[in-house]
Amino acid sequence: MPQTVTIEIRRYRPEEEAEPTWQRYEVPFWREWMVLDALNYIKDHVDGTLSFRWSCRMGVCGSCGMMVNGNPALTCATYLETLVPGPVQVEPLRGFPVIRDLVCDLTDFITKLQRVQPWIVRETEGTPAQGEYRQTPDELAAYRPYAMCINCLLCYAACPIYELEPGFLGPAVIALAQRYNLDSRDQGREARMDVLSEHDGIWACTLVGECSTVCPKHVDPAGAIQRYKLDAAVAWVKALVLPRSGR
Amino acid sequence: MTGRRLREPGLWLLFSAGGTLAALFLPVLAAVLWVAPALGWLAAPAHDVLAAAARSVAGRLFLTGLIVLALFHWAHRFRYTLYDGLQLYHLNQLIAVLTYGVATVLSVAAGVVVWR
Repeated sequence: MPQTVTIEIRRYRPEEEAEPTWQRYEVPFWREWMVLDALNYIKDHVDGTLSFRWSCRMGVCGSCGMMVNGNPALTCATYLETLVPGPVQVEPLRGFPVIRDLVCDLTDFITKLQRVQPWIVRETEGTPAQGEYRQTPDELAAYRPYAMCINCLLCYAACPIYELEPGFLGPAVIALAQRYNLDSRDQGREARMDVLSEHDGIWACTLVGECSTVCPKHVDPAGAIQRYKLDAAVAWVKALVLPRSGR
Repeated sequence: MTGRRLREPGLWLLFSAGGTLAALFLPVLAAVLWVAPALGWLAAPAHDVLAAAARSVAGRLFLTGLIVLALFHWAHRFRYTLYDGLQLYHLNQLIAVLTYGVATVLSVAAGVVVWR
């Protein structure tokens, strides 16, 4: 026999209510169930009007990030059993506008992500006939941890600065910029520096460190930001000492 | 933004240098000068030995560097504590002038004490 647990969901249906409200559901669950399984149970068997994003159920797609009992979490990777006795509270990710129920508007993140050119930038592109850009295992290891980001935005929901300063690029954007900065095939470091070394870039970060704590892929955005601060500060000292050498 | 971009890396360098030096040396100084002698693990250093060390050029440079950088570490941290923690965004300029100003005044005072 399955146990039961109470799930409280922050609901918002803009055509029905001006402000979000809480709704309670009693849900059966089995030992191996994740929070996402309970949400899908509600959607399939109890209340088909509940809206939330999910896709892969295996911590890869990054679409099921929500606040679970006040903490940012991938609902597909959070065992219900660790949260009983409930009630288990599920809310949309903190810091983003809510479109409906647990679905957030991520436009701000996507816009900021494009500003740091998260792709391999080359001064001149080679032709396919010239072959691929080769890389040693060490060169791959230099950026690989940052390439693990799945854009789930738990780090944004955990970051107090992102909530306070809407202009802040935020943890994942800076970590992804570093992912390309540290790639031996990339030549876009200087172009990214203009965006990253603004106040709303790395300097708004005060190293709270929660981004790295909640990251389900162990990306360590806080480390990426600290590392980039040191790079930018060294570049600043160089420009101060040798003003004519450019950057 | 240009002014801020000019200042921020320098202030952050002072902040991180101060934090690193303070974390590295203050526990050692406290352990060797106060904790270990109090517990009887080490003989307390004689006053004239410490005074001579503090008056040597190397000792004075070390103390000045440690105190000044630790003060600017405090100033930067406290500035952001007020700015983000209390959300006093409209007082940004005033907070910066006050925190770095206090650090500057105390640095000058420390310099006078250490080098006189």
